Amino acid sequence: MTGQDLKKTPLNQTHRDLGARMVEFGGWDMPVQFSGIVAEHHAVRNDAGLFDVSHMGEIEIRGPESLALLQKLTCNDVSKMQDGRCQYNALLYPNAGFVDDILIYRRSADDYFVVVNASNADKDWEWVRQEAANFDVDAANTSDQWAQIAIQGPKAERILAKTTETSLVDLGYYRFTSGAVAGAEAIISRTGYTGEDGFEVYVKPEEAPAVFRELLEAGREDGIVPAGLGARDTLRLEAKMALYGNDIDETTTPLNADLGWMVKLGKGEFHGRDVLERQTANGVERILVGFEMVDRGIARHGHPIVENGREIGIVTSGSHSPTLEKSIGLAYVPIALRQPGTELTISIRGKDAKARVVSTPFYKRKKD
Amino acid sequence: MSKRFTKSHEYIRMDGDVGVVGISDHAQKELGDVIFVELPEVGSAVTAGEQFGSIESVKAFSDLYSPVSGEVVEINGSLADKPESVNTSPYEDGWMIKVRLRDTAELDALMDSAAYDAWVAEES
Repeated sequence: MTGQDLKKTPLNQTHRDLGARMVEFGGWDMPVQFSGIVAEHHAVRNDAGLFDVSHMGEIEIRGPESLALLQKLTCNDVSKMQDGRCQYNALLYPNAGFVDDILIYRRSADDYFVVVNASNADKDWEWVRQEAANFDVDAANTSDQWAQIAIQGPKAERILAKTTETSLVDLGYYRFTSGAVAGAEAIISRTGYTGEDGFEVYVKPEEAPAVFRELLEAGREDGIVPAGLGARDTLRLEAKMALYGNDIDETTTPLNADLGWMVKLGKGEFHGRDVLERQTANGVERILVGFEMVDRGIARHGHPIVENGREIGIVTSGSHSPTLEKSIGLAYVPIALRQPGTELTISIRGKDAKARVVSTPFYKRKKD
Repeated sequence: MSKRFTKSHEYIRMDGDVGVVGISDHAQKELGDVIFVELPEVGSAVTAGEQFGSIESVKAFSDLYSPVSGEVVEINGSLADKPESVNTSPYEDGWMIKVRLRDTAELDALMDSAAYDAWVAEES
């Protein structure tokens, strides 16, 4: 794929003007870093970082059977949602493997806004569209109509408050509202993919560059920095948030991925439910665990976990953790090895290195 | 002599009869934040075009290849505690090994700065 074929967010030129290093990610031309991954990572943990996540997809579902459709497609219980709430959820195949992990926003009982991963947006839309044909709903892929900017970090609330009249103090975690940000009409939510407090701001694509610039300006004295996908990856890993294509995919179920809290078997019929019922009754064979390296080195995506020369598991994500100054990662291992403290041997480029299972998340912010 | 470069992005500059080896400014930028540098032992032999160590950043792992053949006479021990020197000062504080060359003619096979810059432009 050449640079000409890559999709660009409305902030592409803004990133270039800010001196970003650009990389291909899921078919998009995205900033991997501005000042440096570690510097951006620390900025988000200590002050604030500003991310362009406009590449993520949006699917909007309206109509009398919207809830019924979403219940059929997902494993978490959408009926428990209230207006103005967000929910982490997953679209599942009939084998309970992940189509994608998603965020659902409920505007009203028959109006939902669904945020999906960039690399899966077309596939997700096709999946939802096919199922939607059986329900009395109006579903649309509105990915092109939204830019998304995430502001994350302990100073995010203070900085965002300078650009909006909307009360953020009253906006609880996993809630959303609408309002103006930097003069642009926006959806404002309070979730995140970093382990810090933070917000997403959804605006029309043409408004995004001015909003991004204004947020950088508003946060200047509080130390905000533009942050790229590199820091986004190290931050989410420390918080043990799954990355589709690495930690979860069509071959793993929410129970394999240690996301059992998201599986609500009592909610009625949904794709993959019988598989998840069996897994609940019989247990899973493999599960996603966190590990830290004992020996030096970084175990990365795809490195095998070995026992007596046999491959028994696989690393799905791995990196140096800037906050902990350790080498950490996630891996699928046989269920018997899930206990924290269990020693693992990881083959890093053909050399055995010791690691240890640890409890997760690796990093948890101190709440006020 | 000014610096000479390899196609694998190492540099060598002569300091008397010893060559100082590291990675180029372009290479450190590509790697991003450096976490570990693994270096050979003093007294070991290196061969032109062959691996002498490795470097790992937050994002990626990469082998290091020697621009010349000879004996390692010194290594930069400060990189154990300050690997970030490779990012902040690739040509000075971030040097990696010093090599006594077996054959200085090997330098002629390497690129000078202008040729290296052209090579980088072509690669990207």
